[in-house]
Amino acid sequence: MNREIDTIRRDPRREWIARNRLHPEHLGVLAELGRQGASAATEWMGPNGVIRKNPHAPGFTGPNGLKRIDRSGVQQAAAAGRGAGHRMVAADERRRVTIEAPAFLVAVVPDMPGGRLSSHDRDLLGLARQLADADPARPCAVLAVAFGEHNREGGGELKEQAFAEAGVDRLLTIEGDGHTGFVPEAWLAGLVAVERELAPRHWLLPDSALGGADLGRRLAARLGERPATGVWQVDADATAPSGWRCTARGAVDRLDIQRPLPRVVLALAECAEPVSETRHAAEAMTLSQSPPEALSRIEDLGQVAVDPAGVALAEAEFILSAGNGVKDWEGFHHAARMLGATEGASRVAVDDGFMPRDRQVGATGTWVTARVYVAVGISGAIQHLQGIQGCDKVVAINRDSGCDMIKRADLAVIGDSSSILAALVDVLERDPALTRKGEKQDAA
Amino acid sequence: MQPESRGLEVAVLVSVGRHPVTGRARRADQDARGLELALSLAAFRPDSRVRLLHAGQRDDDNETALRGYLGMARGVGTGLERLTLLEQPEGADVVPALAERLAATPPQLVVTGARAEQGEGSGLLPYVLAERLGWPLVNGLVEVESIEDDRMTLLQALPRGQRRRIQVRLPAVVTVDGAAAPARQSAFGPARRGSIKVEAALAVPDEAFAGWTLSPARKRPRRLKIVKSASARDRFKAAAGKAQGGGGQLLTDVTPEQAAEAILRLLEEEGVMR
Repeated sequence: MNREIDTIRRDPRREWIARNRLHPEHLGVLAELGRQGASAATEWMGPNGVIRKNPHAPGFTGPNGLKRIDRSGVQQAAAAGRGAGHRMVAADERRRVTIEAPAFLVAVVPDMPGGRLSSHDRDLLGLARQLADADPARPCAVLAVAFGEHNREGGGELKEQAFAEAGVDRLLTIEGDGHTGFVPEAWLAGLVAVERELAPRHWLLPDSALGGADLGRRLAARLGERPATGVWQVDADATAPSGWRCTARGAVDRLDIQRPLPRVVLALAECAEPVSETRHAAEAMTLSQSPPEALSRIEDLGQVAVDPAGVALAEAEFILSAGNGVKDWEGFHHAARMLGATEGASRVAVDDGFMPRDRQVGATGTWVTARVYVAVGISGAIQHLQGIQGCDKVVAINRDSGCDMIKRADLAVIGDSSSILAALVDVLERDPALTRKGEKQDAA
Repeated sequence: MQPESRGLEVAVLVSVGRHPVTGRARRADQDARGLELALSLAAFRPDSRVRLLHAGQRDDDNETALRGYLGMARGVGTGLERLTLLEQPEGADVVPALAERLAATPPQLVVTGARAEQGEGSGLLPYVLAERLGWPLVNGLVEVESIEDDRMTLLQALPRGQRRRIQVRLPAVVTVDGAAAPARQSAFGPARRGSIKVEAALAVPDEAFAGWTLSPARKRPRRLKIVKSASARDRFKAAAGKAQGGGGQLLTDVTPEQAAEAILRLLEEEGVMR
């Protein structure tokens, strides 16, 4: 309603009629204003410029005849079809930051598993912002270095937008045919070229098994720097040469090492809060000359097919899990084989002897971290839901549309599990190309 | 370079580990796996010789731990009767001594664990050594598949139990992942019989490390789930309410074929089908 008032042209008389239910032209005016059927105006500007509110206007009559006020705006938005758009505008009120002439650069090399910034990457970018924004008088820019391999768009979100929201001021994408697969020598040559041309003050890399730990150590060895590894806390410290002090894990997580922050930092997850209040430019950059072709002594021969049944449940990436609703166990095992999924089970299925104990998912079994978790005939006891907290996408196949697993699921299918699994197997058998897809992709 | 009949010269860099529970000195887990892997190379090149190399202090505790590696010998002639100890004073940087030694008598393959179990434990040593020697480095080795001439095909561990096949040109430095085959038990007899040859070596004090403060690891603070929302109701729901999927797609009254297609589409989007 505010938005109509905000328009430049107002017709006070018409507004007055719209407020006056007893006016003979009331309905006509409401229709003209497009508020037919909506309740009366809740807020308007009075003749003296004071905002007036109608205390009776908000709310709706509930199913048992009582008046209800829903302050979350969900129901009213659904009724009016107007609030949703308004809320979305409000959600993007982050401060926009553009840094024209940075005093120096803080370079970040994110892992980007599957072409997306991981939460570890976002934490690292938050740490980079902390280092860059320390002195408001001399703003510094955060430079993200991504390789050609990561140039896909993931999850429907635009890549630049994701970078901008994560706090990246400059985005440097090193492209080339030689940057796909595991090519540490080519990546290193790219980073050295960045070092030579831009000389960032700090290099931040994730200390993760996805590649950051390896690449960061290679970079440090090449630059002749002694990096801090396993960093989990960074504090300002005037006595340190760089102005920062860090706390790092050592001796297989049994020691905390306090030391001045070096140039190359390999940080653990949750080393800093990710950026949430500002949006940055994520301006694309290019190197003036492309990095030299490195002599490759390491050749990537591609990923090896691993027997999914042999993968430990806790680190499996794709789990097909069975519960009480599964009756056709042969069909379930066959579907798991066809999909190439690791098998899991709920407690009931294990107790009934259909699945071994080491396949149990949940608080009493294994806490899984799969990217995709398909729950077949599992209603979702709270212990089971706890066990799948770390999963990205949950697919539920169930007969009961009211169960908790359906509420948790990103995709829920109501129906008979054995016929749906049989249909899945049918599709896969008809189109064997499907099963070979994604073989080249990096495991996340 | 090397004729096929010649065996492979492998140097295994071993360190003194620390038992996670008792804190006693022991053979380091990853280094022992590395030695196991080096011993398995005899299947490809029967005349392979394994050299054990350690740089560090010489005292009773360390010697007991290092003898744990000597106890992994089976039979005579594998080179496991002797371990070379490059003696270093306390607080020394072991990289120059090892680099000098390896450059003087270069093996064809250097095997190490990914990181030490005591001290800084940064996992940098193999990288710095590879840089100094100018050799390629492959991390996270699980298994060696074949060796032809000067090319070695091996499997690298990836997260989530995945494996990647890599070919590397020798000489090379490789680090061993925790997923590699577990080390065999250390036998008492060979461990007692084996000799530890102490050699003097370049000693460079590690000045940077001496300036750092070490303390037992503190528990890391858990991150709180911060919900930034304008509405008090949303914040309350996030703090107190049960986790809700929200935004999930619900398919009711579909044929099994349609359901299967919807599921397959999601699986393909996520790229988990292989």
